Amino acid sequence: MEVSVQETADCLVVTVLEPRIDAASAIQFKETLRPLASVGRGPVVLDLSRVGFLDSSGLGAVVAVMKLIGPNRKLELAGLTPNVDKVFRLTRMDSVFTIHTDIPHGQRNAG
Amino acid sequence: MQGDSGFCEGLCVELSSDAAAIRCALEQVMASGPVLRLAPDLSARLQLVLAEVLNNVVEHAYVLNAGRIRVSVTVQPAGIECCVCDSGCPMPDGRPPTGALPDWSEGEPPEGGFGWFLIRQLTSGLHYRRQGMCNELRFRIDLN
Repeated sequence: MEVSVQETADCLVVTVLEPRIDAASAIQFKETLRPLASVGRGPVVLDLSRVGFLDSSGLGAVVAVMKLIGPNRKLELAGLTPNVDKVFRLTRMDSVFTIHTDIPHGQRNAG
Repeated sequence: MQGDSGFCEGLCVELSSDAAAIRCALEQVMASGPVLRLAPDLSARLQLVLAEVLNNVVEHAYVLNAGRIRVSVTVQPAGIECCVCDSGCPMPDGRPPTGALPDWSEGEPPEGGFGWFLIRQLTSGLHYRRQGMCNELRFRIDLN
């Protein structure tokens, strides 16, 4: 599972660079995110803007990552594409996560 | 042959019972002519439901032995008719789960149990039958 990681002054942005988080990649996803729990500071913001498909296995993996990095650190979501957003809303898991419309950028903290 | 109206187009995909094969099969379905012509929201629902149904077949019906799965998808004016057949274990109690949303009012949110909820939410006319040594699950994804 390919991700890019960017530390900002107040959060860690993890961008998933694969188009799908599904049953075939859920375990890989968890294993890729696990070591990032101790990187940077503030919440981990998961940028899903490149993910066009997420099934219930992928949803479960996102919840698992939330538990892996908690309870002292929050997992937040950003950039949900329409299909991914729908899965979170249908399952009411949108109430569990803080969901950002925009992706936080390092530049925001410059100066 | 199809005409301009009253069209009915179908495709059939056969796959082995593993997660990588499911991904390939879904790509094949999504890239097929009849599905490419659907509204994006409808084809997205189709892909999600098929993924959930196929994941269940792999994780439950074929939990002990691997096997083959056959998927047929027919686009009709009223919706998409789907049929998924496998020769794995039967559904527990001979019927598909009711698909209640997991309750996490007390405690942490669950990591699973959403599959059948999504299938039930996004389909209509769901019908399961055990025929000999095979499972057959039929359902429809309505246009609206």
